[in-house]
Amino acid sequence: MAVKGLDIFKLTPKSNCKECGFPTCMAFSMKAATGAVAIEKCPYISEESKEALSEATAPPMKTIKVGAGDAEATLGGETVLFRHEKTLVHKNLFAVELSDAMSDAEVDAACAKLEKINYDRIGEMMFVEVVGVRFAADQDKFVALVKKVADCGKIPMIITVDAEVAKAAVAVAGAKAIIMGATKDNTEAMVEVAKAADAVLGVTADSIEALHDLVEAIEKLGYKNLILNVGEASIKEAYANAIAIRTSAIKGNDRTFGYPSIVFTNKLAPGNINLQIALASAFVLRYGSIIVLEEMDFNAALPLFGLRQNIFTDPQKPMRVEPKVYEFNKPTGTDPVLVTVDFALSYFVVAGEIERSKVPAYLAIPDAGGYSVLTAWAAGKFGSNVIANFIKENNVADLTTSRKLILPGKVAVLQGDLAELLPEWEVVVGPNEAMQIPKFLRDLQA
Amino acid sequence: MYFEINILKKGNRLGGNKKMPYKKAEQKFSGKINTCEIGAGDAAITIGGENSLPFLGSEGFKTAVGIAITDSPEDWAECFGTIYGDDLNNPAAFAKAAIEKSGADFLLLKLASADPNGANNAVENCVATAVAVEAAVNVPLVIEGCKNAEKDAKLLEEVAKALEGKNVVLFSAVEDNYKTIGAAGGMAYGQKVSAESAVDINLAKQLNILLTQLGVKSKDIVMDVGSAAVGYGFEYVASTMDRIRLAGLGQNDESLQMPIVTDISNDAWGVKEAVFTEAEAPEWGNLEARGIGMEVSTAAACVVGGSNAIIVRHPESVKTIQGLVSGIIG
Repeated sequence: MAVKGLDIFKLTPKSNCKECGFPTCMAFSMKAATGAVAIEKCPYISEESKEALSEATAPPMKTIKVGAGDAEATLGGETVLFRHEKTLVHKNLFAVELSDAMSDAEVDAACAKLEKINYDRIGEMMFVEVVGVRFAADQDKFVALVKKVADCGKIPMIITVDAEVAKAAVAVAGAKAIIMGATKDNTEAMVEVAKAADAVLGVTADSIEALHDLVEAIEKLGYKNLILNVGEASIKEAYANAIAIRTSAIKGNDRTFGYPSIVFTNKLAPGNINLQIALASAFVLRYGSIIVLEEMDFNAALPLFGLRQNIFTDPQKPMRVEPKVYEFNKPTGTDPVLVTVDFALSYFVVAGEIERSKVPAYLAIPDAGGYSVLTAWAAGKFGSNVIANFIKENNVADLTTSRKLILPGKVAVLQGDLAELLPEWEVVVGPNEAMQIPKFLRDLQA
Repeated sequence: MYFEINILKKGNRLGGNKKMPYKKAEQKFSGKINTCEIGAGDAAITIGGENSLPFLGSEGFKTAVGIAITDSPEDWAECFGTIYGDDLNNPAAFAKAAIEKSGADFLLLKLASADPNGANNAVENCVATAVAVEAAVNVPLVIEGCKNAEKDAKLLEEVAKALEGKNVVLFSAVEDNYKTIGAAGGMAYGQKVSAESAVDINLAKQLNILLTQLGVKSKDIVMDVGSAAVGYGFEYVASTMDRIRLAGLGQNDESLQMPIVTDISNDAWGVKEAVFTEAEAPEWGNLEARGIGMEVSTAAACVVGGSNAIIVRHPESVKTIQGLVSGIIG
């Protein structure tokens, strides 16, 4: 925190008038210093002080909205460098890049690819959020392409240093489009375009020092709706800058760098999709807010969206999967039923092994409090009653003619009880470790 | 607070919008990761030695990239049959081809055939395989057993003996067999011991302490702190690595200053994204590309998390991660 409670206290009337809702001026000051209450709540602090204070008590990293309507997303607002300290709050967005230099056929092919990436992964839809359009030469075609992107429900990113071109494009791009953007040579013109259109302005400079100067210059022009380009010249610089920018904002309290960042992996590793996937993964962990790739097929999407879904989770709350009956390897109504808990890690490991076995099967997941098998069992959340009730309530017997119910080996102790509660089922003790599941299922099938 | 921030005092923030030149917020660390040499002679490489979070210092830190081979390739994806042909079933030829095709810095040999619940190959056969592989390549070796604690204790002890002087990494000692592997491998035959824990900073610390108490020198220990494919609980991996590195560097915790060796080759190629054939998942496209995608993504995330040596399966993944590392180092 830049401002201590005592600094604020000095500016209050010290009269304990309680008009702010706090019993004393000191209590108010301490709360205000943490950002928990707005400075404006005190009617007696001068306007000038309020302005300085509200800036200083704002979170170190700005929260920036991009895109409009259903496509709206939030970036930034982070307060820590590592997810174990406190949740990372706003997941990075993924982007691909098009250009007016592409033929219509190439654009159509790229769009068709993009539309295919749209799938559910543990209750969250996965798709490419942002589409960049890089200006090459043909302004009319460029503007039409930006419009097409916006019409498809993607967040358009207008990539040009020509303010006139940006102005024409942003007019068709919808609110909070991204203009990528401002450089030292076009600062005022670009700020004007971004301001008029309420767009998010991307800032690019040759070095991190120059980037800092440029952001200050733009802030002086009254615009703070920014995204910072970590650099396109080299991987080394981009990586070091991404970390330096975030560290300065969070730990160094440098507000000038308190903005989300953008990484162009397509510029850092042109033509090399595998290196782009590697870079994008590195920047999911290390502070890329928008990560751009040349294109996105499933070989990139499956790992990248999975990684992102992992990283932007609450470290205090283990990930859970929805309690229900899952199907694997296209079961036909005659296949066995496995049981495990709703702790996401357990689910993933077991699900992965069932998939690897290629044996059709059902996996019943009762509500076990989100704990691992042994913990849930010890906490009384994964006992024979819980399992038996789940099997009955979900009419699992109607799903399959098989009457084999497979328990995790670690809770073999439940076998007898469960067999009594579910007399029509043959309760089988499964393996202790998930990696033994494929062999177990194949043997069961034989 | 894990580290101090050294930044120019920005004056009185209440004073308004004074223009300030950029001053890098330096993260100062008091600890340092051990350097560990693996391999012998011309083949030797050094891992570890960093005194900051990965790639942020100036100490010449570089992540080594290894390639995995196995003596039981039956479950490996079809693309590896295409890449290696008949060499796939001859570990020495497999090893040689893997290094030639990938340019990897070191090699991991998986002796999975030893598994008592599988082929239950005899220890002497597996040792012969390790010796043949060692003779076939000129890079440092990491030798893995079959992940049965009891069998691995016997197997890795014999491997350590047969490859004395080659300075190989015994991958890995776990709580149930660290005494045998530590005493025989790390002490009697002068090999490096990898301490395996399952994505938990406390377990990692405990096993390192047990090994050092046994008499294995800190500099002869590396850590396998576990991994998972991206999308499969990788948040635990990421946070465990961050916490281990911050403890070793920021709090100067000597029991967590060992270099980290991470093998992601099984995890990445074992999830549905890398297993489902094109017939089973037609919309997902080429299976080999998907496997490489899962592998390079997982490996890259481990590299920035602090792995000093990362092990992958596909030659293209080796090249990609080497490209990433050299790119970041510049």
